[in-house]
Amino acid sequence: MTAALTIEGLTLAFYGVHVLRGVDFAVPEGSFTGLIGPNGAGKSTLFNAVSGLYRPDAGSVRLGEAETTGLSPERLVAAGLVRSFQLARGFPKLSVFQHLMLYGAAQPGEGLLAGLFGSRAARQREEQLAERAFGIARRLRLDHVLDNPVTALSGGQKKLVEIGRALMAEPKILLLDEPMAGVNPSLTEQIAEHLVALNQSGLTICLIEHDMALIRQLCAPVIVMAEGRTLTQGTFEEVASDTRVQEAYLGRRH
Amino acid sequence: MLSYIVFTLTLCAIYGLLALSLNLIWGGAGLVNLGLAGFFAVGAYASALATGAGAPVLLGWGAALAVGAVVGLLVTFATLRLRDDYLAIVTLGFAEVIRLVALNERWLTNGSDGISGIKAPLKAEFGTQNFALFYLGLVTLVLGLVWLLLRRLDLSPYGRALKAIREDQQLAAFAGKPVLRFKLQAFALSAAIAALAGALYAHFQSYISPDHFQPLITIYIFLAVTAGGVGRPSGAVLGAYAVVIFLEATRFMTEWVPGLQPVQLAAMREMLIGLALILVLHLKPQGILPEQIPKAPAPPASA
Repeated sequence: MTAALTIEGLTLAFYGVHVLRGVDFAVPEGSFTGLIGPNGAGKSTLFNAVSGLYRPDAGSVRLGEAETTGLSPERLVAAGLVRSFQLARGFPKLSVFQHLMLYGAAQPGEGLLAGLFGSRAARQREEQLAERAFGIARRLRLDHVLDNPVTALSGGQKKLVEIGRALMAEPKILLLDEPMAGVNPSLTEQIAEHLVALNQSGLTICLIEHDMALIRQLCAPVIVMAEGRTLTQGTFEEVASDTRVQEAYLGRRH
Repeated sequence: MLSYIVFTLTLCAIYGLLALSLNLIWGGAGLVNLGLAGFFAVGAYASALATGAGAPVLLGWGAALAVGAVVGLLVTFATLRLRDDYLAIVTLGFAEVIRLVALNERWLTNGSDGISGIKAPLKAEFGTQNFALFYLGLVTLVLGLVWLLLRRLDLSPYGRALKAIREDQQLAAFAGKPVLRFKLQAFALSAAIAALAGALYAHFQSYISPDHFQPLITIYIFLAVTAGGVGRPSGAVLGAYAVVIFLEATRFMTEWVPGLQPVQLAAMREMLIGLALILVLHLKPQGILPEQIPKAPAPPASA
């Protein structure tokens, strides 16, 4: 199987503290890959290094066949890699609808001249994006808060907006950093179903999650990180029965 | 009295352009540009020098736009990594540099003597009285056009992306927005508008000198945009009119307040302006016309 995302020998240190010490793994094309590991394993830092927030000290990141190590976030988005953030972030004075629209790919209306004078291409694209945004908002049950600024949303709703705008971007691969944390259980179930449906329609997803029941339900393969390295990978049952994984979570027995 | 009102309204429109320029870069992209007076001066000198060398007035205004945009790009490149307070300090310095260059490069700008006899377009045809009215109409028309364009920009996908950059530059990059391109374009356009305002001012006054471009102008414009409503072109224009009219009206205070000496009046005016700003911010913290979050269009009928 080809890999949508390949990470080789990735290292990153902050002020001499080695947070990533050589991460190697591949996210297979079309998979719903889980990334787990105890707190401080370097999972979010890995996402940051892959998505362009930090430039890795060494190692390489490839999207499909293309080398993307150290590219800027906007270039990576253009290449099809979109991520969400663990702490839902948003633009305080933009409405939910504007957030969704903002993330739409290929917007001719974002040219300066099209912005000043208007253009037919820009108008048509806006209509397409608006239709898509309404669809996504309905599925995520955000349609009644479309005109609210994100600051007026609950924590759970902010998480939904985070997922919604990632979907607007029509990514090839989606990196989700604990998208369900803080969302109520019935909605979690629905988001999970939605993600599975997206995955089945061809989207590659890599998910960081602490809820092991969700990981078991959704993800294959599951990659385990500990202390800045990839510890092991396999099906959920395989990694769960691995003593090294148990030690990483529970501490070593001496 | 009529000519005084015409003068005041012309000044209003020129300040309105400056306020639109500031609103684009500050209200739009969130960049604090305290160098507004500098771009204003650049445009005034560019047009005065170009028309002084024999160019027609329209060409002079074109030159002001172009030189303003280029200087805007240079300043943006020089300040790429700066935001907030740091950017404010550097741009304030930029405006002072421009003023000092105008003061000292006598071969180009005639130093503190300034440039006089700047062409007034069609003044001979109209006569002095009618010219003032004609120029007021012209400047107001330019203001209207720029307002219309910037309002469109504000509501366009471009304006949306710009506001996203204002709110969170890093997150905007993760939304796939080329932050640098947006900043460069917005700064250049904003500088060009301020320079155009400078050109209109130069041909209105027919005389400019470095004294005309004190940092106080920048402060007045910040006041106008803050009072009018940051992030909304209509608010910026309204604020500019309010500030100029307030500034001019307080000149007549000696007539209403008995026992006030002219010297005291000058000091009182500055105090009143400060007081007025505090009042506006207290009563309407978002400005008189606050920024609006555009409503989503009606969902499709099939929904």
